[in-house]
Amino acid sequence: NEGKELTKEEKQRLRKEKKQHKKNKKDDKGPPEKEKEKEKASVPAPSKPATQSPAHKAPAPVHASESAAAAEKPAKSKAELRAERRARQDSERTSKQGKKEGGQQSASSKPKATPNELQPVVKRLPEHVQVDDPAALKKLAKKLERQQVPLRSDYGYKVSLFSHLHQYSRKSPPTLQISIPATVIHPSIVRLGLQYSQGIIAGSNARSVALLHTFKQVIQDYSTPPNEELSRDLVNKLSPYISFLSQCRPLSASMGNAIKYIKKEISNIPSQCKEEEAKGKLQACIDSYINEKIILASEAISKYAIEKISDGDVILVYGCSSLVNHILCKAFEKQRKFRVIVVDSRPRLEGREALRRLVKKGIRCTYVLISALSYILPEVSKVFLGAHALLANGYVMSRVGTSQIALVAKAYNVPVLVCCETYKFCERVQTDSFVSNELDDPDDLIVTRNGKSHLENWQTVKSLGLLNLVYDVTPPDFVDLVITDLGMIPCTSVPVVLRVKNVDQ
Amino acid sequence: MEEAELVEYFRAQIRGDPDVASAVAAIRSLLEFLRRDQSETILGLRENMTQAIRRLEETDSSVAVSSGGELFLRFISLTSLEHPDLSQCKNVMIERGELFLKKISLSRGKVGKLCHTFIKDGAKILTHSSSRVVLKVLENAAADNKRFTVYVTESQPDSAGKRMAQKLRKLNIPVMVVLDAAVGYIMEKVDLVIVGAEGVVESGGVINKIGTYQMAVCSKAHNKPFYVVAESFKFVRLYPLNQQDVPDRFKYTADILKTVKDLNQEHPMIDYTPPSLITLLFTDLGVLTPSAVSDELIKLYL
Repeated sequence: NEGKELTKEEKQRLRKEKKQHKKNKKDDKGPPEKEKEKEKASVPAPSKPATQSPAHKAPAPVHASESAAAAEKPAKSKAELRAERRARQDSERTSKQGKKEGGQQSASSKPKATPNELQPVVKRLPEHVQVDDPAALKKLAKKLERQQVPLRSDYGYKVSLFSHLHQYSRKSPPTLQISIPATVIHPSIVRLGLQYSQGIIAGSNARSVALLHTFKQVIQDYSTPPNEELSRDLVNKLSPYISFLSQCRPLSASMGNAIKYIKKEISNIPSQCKEEEAKGKLQACIDSYINEKIILASEAISKYAIEKISDGDVILVYGCSSLVNHILCKAFEKQRKFRVIVVDSRPRLEGREALRRLVKKGIRCTYVLISALSYILPEVSKVFLGAHALLANGYVMSRVGTSQIALVAKAYNVPVLVCCETYKFCERVQTDSFVSNELDDPDDLIVTRNGKSHLENWQTVKSLGLLNLVYDVTPPDFVDLVITDLGMIPCTSVPVVLRVKNVDQ
Repeated sequence: MEEAELVEYFRAQIRGDPDVASAVAAIRSLLEFLRRDQSETILGLRENMTQAIRRLEETDSSVAVSSGGELFLRFISLTSLEHPDLSQCKNVMIERGELFLKKISLSRGKVGKLCHTFIKDGAKILTHSSSRVVLKVLENAAADNKRFTVYVTESQPDSAGKRMAQKLRKLNIPVMVVLDAAVGYIMEKVDLVIVGAEGVVESGGVINKIGTYQMAVCSKAHNKPFYVVAESFKFVRLYPLNQQDVPDRFKYTADILKTVKDLNQEHPMIDYTPPSLITLLFTDLGVLTPSAVSDELIKLYL
């Protein structure tokens, strides 16, 4: 009898060991899976839980898993070691694979290398979207499934030149596909994703600042699970959030740089640091990043830019750039005498917001649509443009229409000044607006006049495609001066600044 | 050292050695000023130096004096002056100042050596007004047994071109003086254009005697290379967007700035040539394209 029982127990122990192996393997590949168990165990809570409840929920399932773990403690130690070794091999393999993939893809895989070091476990897609490549799509779908982030489907017919980009409809945000409340995604991230996809938060600086504030909230609510290090686990927790946000709206270059910074700061937290201290440090880091790179940078840029504004100037601005508006308001406060011409374009009509802000200050403004550009340019003395990102070869990526303005201004010999903070400088290289862009909702182009909307049934016409581009790329020959927080530099010196920044870091 | 003494010393330097660049003379005077300075603190010393530079700028309103002075100040205060004793600090600063002076006195020779290889045998060169650096380059080329002809513009209002022609004749270089208005006419005959610079700005453009911009536009239209020769102490942290954007204190001579009320009636002495019209810049830091100037400036100033 005893013999039988022993063998049974042995069998049970072996089975448990095997299970533990598998569990550890899965754990390393997908930490959100643990989340799934936690969430399943927890009681459903209201959709917008207070900061207390996630912390509340966490101790309960932790106890459950701890009690389960206690029973397997002796077997675990050997299995743990083996699992750790396997996890290390796994991570090295995936990072090597990732680097190889990156090499095969086009030039913009350089920024991929650094995130790979920080996230050896999750395979990252190269930065270039490839929607018309079914293999790449499958990989993306698998990755999102693993992270439990809903996959958003494309909408409508895409113009063939841009078929490699995503095109989403504003009417179906990915937040609809998230079940409430049990999700892997922090509620403030869900809120942020909704704000991005609906266009409530728009503009490079606004999106970055909102992202950083939300990350502060996330860090506040985070608690390190047992047997995990904050520096590694928090980074892994952030990746499904980032995937979700990029499903809502593709990440901007400034957001990408901010995320890189946060991940670096998190992974630099020493392991002996206590959780509260670490969280406080991270929040202070984020605050100082916002302060230095955005707020103080705009003060510095205004100082330089005001030197370039002389009395009697006629300044042309395009769309709504928070930085350019700030500069003009500051210059007006410093008693410079100038007037502004605001150029606007459909379908976003962002120029109206800029017009509202400037008129409120008391600045004399004129408002035209972009089709009237060559008509008013002879009276313009300077053009001030904002930028979404500055690429490593000196090209300026900005709202669609900017390159047109730069081109016509060059033809009229009007100096073009681009204002951009250094945190928007990006290592990517792009020479045209096709390779990497964003397609907005094509239904935005439908206009209703006199009760008739002509493009309403555009989907029924098979050969008709509506193209609503968001960004375009301006070559450096059209830009006379770039004003950054480091000073005034010519457009060709952007790689120098990037080099200096990398040396600093 | 009093300001009047400083100005006198500066003028004496220029009188004594008419071939020296005004910036070099200014830096020599600043070094002398540093030696004789009586301030008790480093901050006071710096303030006095800044004041001295400003005073020199008022005497000679060229861009080079301003840029040279600023670079001198930065160079000598670049070291961490951690010596507790002020006189020790001053000695270190004076040493560095002398090093700087030695370096820049050699810069003209370096430029000449770099540039003269671009002048081929049988070349026809066009130059503008009177520049000592261009003279050095042509001297080096002549010493290399190259045969070339030089066309110099008259360069009104001070007819500096005629002086340049005289100096070239002394070197046995065949030279012809042309009117400023004849630049378009002569451009098809020449092979290359070499001009000096009073200042090199951040964008890679140059500030030089009035008429340079015209010459650059003509050479671009005829696809002739337009070379600028300048020493590195002429690099200045200005960024003009167009002719109007150049500060008034450089446009007119110092005397006019002091005496005349309405500057609109006066004619400026310099103009700005944008970097798109310049082929190459020859400096003692090497042969640079206009876009590399910003790189060098960032290295010098940041």
